[in-house]
Amino acid sequence: MRALLARDLRLAVRAGGGFGLGLAFFLIVVVLVPFGVGPETAILARIAPGILWVAALLAALLSLDRIFALDHEDGSLPLLATAPLPLEMLALAKALAHWITTGLPLVVAAPLLGVLLHLPGEAMPWLLVSLAIGTPALSLIGTFGAALTVGLRRGGLLLSLIVLPLYVPILIFGAEAARRGAEGLPAATPLMLLAGIGLGCAALLPFATAAALRVTLR
Amino acid sequence: MSIWSYANPRKFLDTTAPWVPWLMWLSAAVLAVGLVWGFFFTPEAERFGSSVKIIYLHVPSALMAINAWLMMLVASLIWLIRRHHVSALAARAAAPVGMVMTLIALITGAIWGQPMWGTWWAWDPRLTSFLILFLFYLGYIALWTAIPDPDSAADLTSVLCLVGSVFAILSRYAVNFWNQGLHQGASLSLDKQENVADVFWVPLLVCMAGFVLLFLALVLLRTGTEIRARRIAALRARARRVEPVRA
Repeated sequence: MRALLARDLRLAVRAGGGFGLGLAFFLIVVVLVPFGVGPETAILARIAPGILWVAALLAALLSLDRIFALDHEDGSLPLLATAPLPLEMLALAKALAHWITTGLPLVVAAPLLGVLLHLPGEAMPWLLVSLAIGTPALSLIGTFGAALTVGLRRGGLLLSLIVLPLYVPILIFGAEAARRGAEGLPAATPLMLLAGIGLGCAALLPFATAAALRVTLR
Repeated sequence: MSIWSYANPRKFLDTTAPWVPWLMWLSAAVLAVGLVWGFFFTPEAERFGSSVKIIYLHVPSALMAINAWLMMLVASLIWLIRRHHVSALAARAAAPVGMVMTLIALITGAIWGQPMWGTWWAWDPRLTSFLILFLFYLGYIALWTAIPDPDSAADLTSVLCLVGSVFAILSRYAVNFWNQGLHQGASLSLDKQENVADVFWVPLLVCMAGFVLLFLALVLLRTGTEIRARRIAALRARARRVEPVRA
């Protein structure tokens, strides 16, 4: 599993494989928002947590179809499936690799972009924590969606249609935690619920992902 | 004789096909009675005026929107566990019906909400959950149509249906947490009727029965269509395989 993780990370960084792509997309969306809603500080500060969350979600979506597509094209997916590693662990490793290459950079970059949107300083830690807890769940759900659509033509569009509704609870709790932090309200409840969803996803979704992969490889 | 004998497509078709026209007529008759009764022979509710009458479309369609998803969930489970093709096809057949029911509930809700709340749409938990349910239906149907191999499609959509059900319930409670709403609480339940007066309750029950019958008729009809379409595809594939031998 560690070897697989290392391989995926190397592939993502070296082969021009969309490592910086999600991050650049995140930046562009956040830069576009003030053009859309106007540069008033008060409005931007108010909507900043929500914008950052939605942008992070879209950026995570962008690289999902690459999780299995490349392995499927060059035929290494069946090889991986015949390896002694169970498919469930493969799914988990893939999700982890996706999170390290996409989710983690987003979490690190979020405060910087928060400054662009005049996010109040006291909201910063809450935004960071909520993103850090929420983005792994995004990667796990995305891996499931990628397993469902692997090998399909026009899979990318279908993938977003399937995955985005599944992101709703995470977006709600994540953005709520960041918003409550910005307004100085206690934010522990949405954070705990977010963590609960994340852990539930980590425990159960690899099985669904593996089931979908078995069907695809049949 | 067990219910599983109907898993045979031949037997399923032979048994249900004659029912379909009867179910259609029955649901049309029940709906006509319920709607005419509801629209013309009930008093106007105080505070609501005549706008209350859209309840005879709104509540039954909302009921079937959720029940259609439940039926798909059960059918998907049966397919995953017992591998009966009829079950997978029934789930596929129910999805567009459920999607249209969700759409009807959303649209009638908007039409009702305009005079009552002064707005077509509010980000109220119930309304939002239904919109999310609509998106789930869209994704499910899109996945069915995108996968060429029917068995893989049945497997993958079943898995999506299971995961989607969990997330639909999660979204329902997440949305509750997110915003307190305008929508009234459940006004119908089997054990307490005090929320809705009997004058409205009885025609509403008739309309709900009509919608259930309509749903049954449509799903049986569409399942039959799916079975026949599958059969035609199999025949075509066989013909294609035979031809080179002849030549």
